[in-house]
Amino acid sequence: MTTPHAVAHSAALPVPHRVVTRAAEAPGVATIVLEPVRSALPPFVPGQFAMVYAFGVGDIPLSVSGIDGDRLTHTVRSVGAVSAALQGLEAGATVGVRGPFGTGWGLPAAAGRDLLVVAGGIGLAPLRPLVRAALAAPGEYGRLNVLIGSRTPQDLLYAPETRGWAPRARVLVTVDRPDGRWRGDVGVVTALLDRAAFDPGTAAAFVCGPEPMIRATAAELVHRGADPGRIMVSLERTMHCATGHCGHCQLGPLLLCRDGPVVSWTTAEPLLLVREL
Amino acid sequence: MTTSQHGFLGGLPPAHRDRLTAFAQEVEISAGARIFEEGGAADRFWIIRSGGAALDVHVPGRPPPVVETLGEGDLLGWSWLFEPYRWHLGAQARGRLRADEFDASRVRAACGQDPAFGLAVTGAVAAVIARRLKATRTRLLDLYGPPGGGAGGGDG
Amino acid sequence: MATDAGGSAVIDKDGLDALVAVLAGRGRTVIGPIVRDGAIVLAELGSGADLPYGWGVELEAGTYRLRAREDGAAFAHSAGPQSWKTFLHPPRVREWSADRSADGDLVVTEETGTPPAYAFLGVRPCDLRAIAIQDRVLTGGRHADQGYRGRRERAFLVAVECTDPGATCFCVSMGTGPAAGPGFDLALTEVLDAGGHRFLVRAGSEEGESVLADLPRSPADPATREAAHERVAGAADRMGRSMPPVDLRTLMRETLTAGRWDDVAARCLTCGNCTMVCPTCFCTSTEDVTDLTGDHAERWRHWESCFDLDFSHLPGGSVRESPRSRYRQWATHKLGTWFDQFGSSGCVGCGRCIVWCPVGIDITEEAHALHQERESRAARPPGPESPA
Repeated sequence: MTTPHAVAHSAALPVPHRVVTRAAEAPGVATIVLEPVRSALPPFVPGQFAMVYAFGVGDIPLSVSGIDGDRLTHTVRSVGAVSAALQGLEAGATVGVRGPFGTGWGLPAAAGRDLLVVAGGIGLAPLRPLVRAALAAPGEYGRLNVLIGSRTPQDLLYAPETRGWAPRARVLVTVDRPDGRWRGDVGVVTALLDRAAFDPGTAAAFVCGPEPMIRATAAELVHRGADPGRIMVSLERTMHCATGHCGHCQLGPLLLCRDGPVVSWTTAEPLLLVREL
Repeated sequence: MTTSQHGFLGGLPPAHRDRLTAFAQEVEISAGARIFEEGGAADRFWIIRSGGAALDVHVPGRPPPVVETLGEGDLLGWSWLFEPYRWHLGAQARGRLRADEFDASRVRAACGQDPAFGLAVTGAVAAVIARRLKATRTRLLDLYGPPGGGAGGGDG
Repeated sequence: MATDAGGSAVIDKDGLDALVAVLAGRGRTVIGPIVRDGAIVLAELGSGADLPYGWGVELEAGTYRLRAREDGAAFAHSAGPQSWKTFLHPPRVREWSADRSADGDLVVTEETGTPPAYAFLGVRPCDLRAIAIQDRVLTGGRHADQGYRGRRERAFLVAVECTDPGATCFCVSMGTGPAAGPGFDLALTEVLDAGGHRFLVRAGSEEGESVLADLPRSPADPATREAAHERVAGAADRMGRSMPPVDLRTLMRETLTAGRWDDVAARCLTCGNCTMVCPTCFCTSTEDVTDLTGDHAERWRHWESCFDLDFSHLPGGSVRESPRSRYRQWATHKLGTWFDQFGSSGCVGCGRCIVWCPVGIDITEEAHALHQERESRAARPPGPESPA
């Protein structure tokens, strides 16, 4: 079998990809693995996103939750027409993909430092390729901590895989609403920081989740002495074109499709403090 | 590790911290043991050394739902500081629990005798309550529920 | 006035007619100002005679009126309701089509075909800058809008310097006029005096020189040059509006929570007119459609306004719910964050947003008010003095 090679595409044109596998992840959440039908897109790095097109319905930004050569993995939660269509696709279906877009997590810049990965809900999706990359480079980084907050035990993403990250990583999981069988932690994800193994002054943090969760986590880290410039957060605003031309994803001086979605807390904090910016 | 700096004791100035820990008695609580029950007399409190505890609420006809878990360095119990000195939640050991146990009436008496110490202890307990209140309010938002999840979820 | 990259000459009305004919003869669609429906609009010119000779405009906040001029000037009017973005960045375009075959495969077809070769006659210096700004937004980044690039690269720009600014003009404040900056193929300056009705023409490109060479012309005499210079310099002194003489980018950044935004929000209808008439506003939304078979889909893109509630839609609702936040977004983007995003101001001082606002909101007045609010905050009066 020949591997399709990356060729130059107009970033506005969807490139056909086939759904290789589709796995139900949690209620309303599915993970799909896509491979190019003919030519492939340029390579993605963790933290970047693609615009994924459901035929005739539209396209939405989806972070890559896995990168394997030309194969892209996306974890989709059904919240609107396009995500519902994508979430319901079966293996063999064809979608259009544009990308890669946006800034990545910038993991290589954290070489030698303790890593603190903090995920809330579906926010674990864009962080999974980062964790995989860190695990694939033992010795490159300090201690790896993965802190996961979830609504319920059933909503936990990638459950078998995250368990397998230990003991190479310290994986701590907490839920908001336990069921009768849950024996793990209950509470907010920031409460797990006490048990993470990191040097606050030098660690690199990577945070993704709902904006209030990001704000609370970053504030707690700064309180513990973390450098705001080394707290990377992934932000969400409306995206239409992803090429910096439509104006929708503005957050003050930023075009998040271009200057984000990953930005440092130094950049994000003053912007998130202004209401309705 | 960050426990010593950020656990409950981290909220106390060193002199007051030493004074408080002088009251401590190390205890071990076996896995699954009930530590206190809702409505019971809040005559003790603990600072967890290792293991964890789950705070729960009594609901007839079902296992007590867990509302929050506590771990290493955390203060277990604050109802002992405020009238009517009764627990408003239940607590159960998660796994084997090692903790420093404090006699509430002795600590309260020391607080009464030395207002500076009393203020420090009350402030540290208030900081714990504030943090838990903030966490509770955050969870009231049901942030991970639909819609409006993180950036990975897409919006369309 | 910009330096002449190429030659210069003087043409008369016949020369202007010839210019339209020469450009059309070179296969270009010549667009210029004409009088239609009580306004000076941009439309295809059949000949130079279509130009609005003898028409001027009266402008005020929320007001636009044509006014007959005695002098018969062709270009003694200022910006009309449209700008050149209508042609370079059209209100509605199909970006691509997609077809799904029986085996489920997907074929995406890019919009192709030769873009129109426009010649724009009568590009005001402010609008010349606006085109340069849209160039940077749409083609200056990592990804280029290929459709825009195609239309833009083929367009021939005939700038016309301003000699009779409107009451809503403030290009001097924005550093964009009334003299033409770089980027034109030809620049005209209209002169009407005892020496006759004529136009100083300067070429700014090779093609401009070549077009100029095809026109009936006379050498650029010192008297015409001098008259042209004086008329443009005089226009600079007759600006109807001005911005506060401060760094507007900083002003916007430092007044995000100003009370003035509530004041303007009480007047703003969030209709989005300002964004439609603005020559630099570029925002768009996309729309996906399918035909009845369900196997043919198209992606359309249309102008969108940041005043639209859905513009900032997220799954939980809109980020900018209040009119206050939406006007602030527009104004701070235009005057402030545009620098961060694209390296320049997004405002060129054309005044269209002032004229076409149904309630007469004036961006210069708002900027002055923000400036005053910031000043009074900085020099907070001392507290009430107690009678000692």
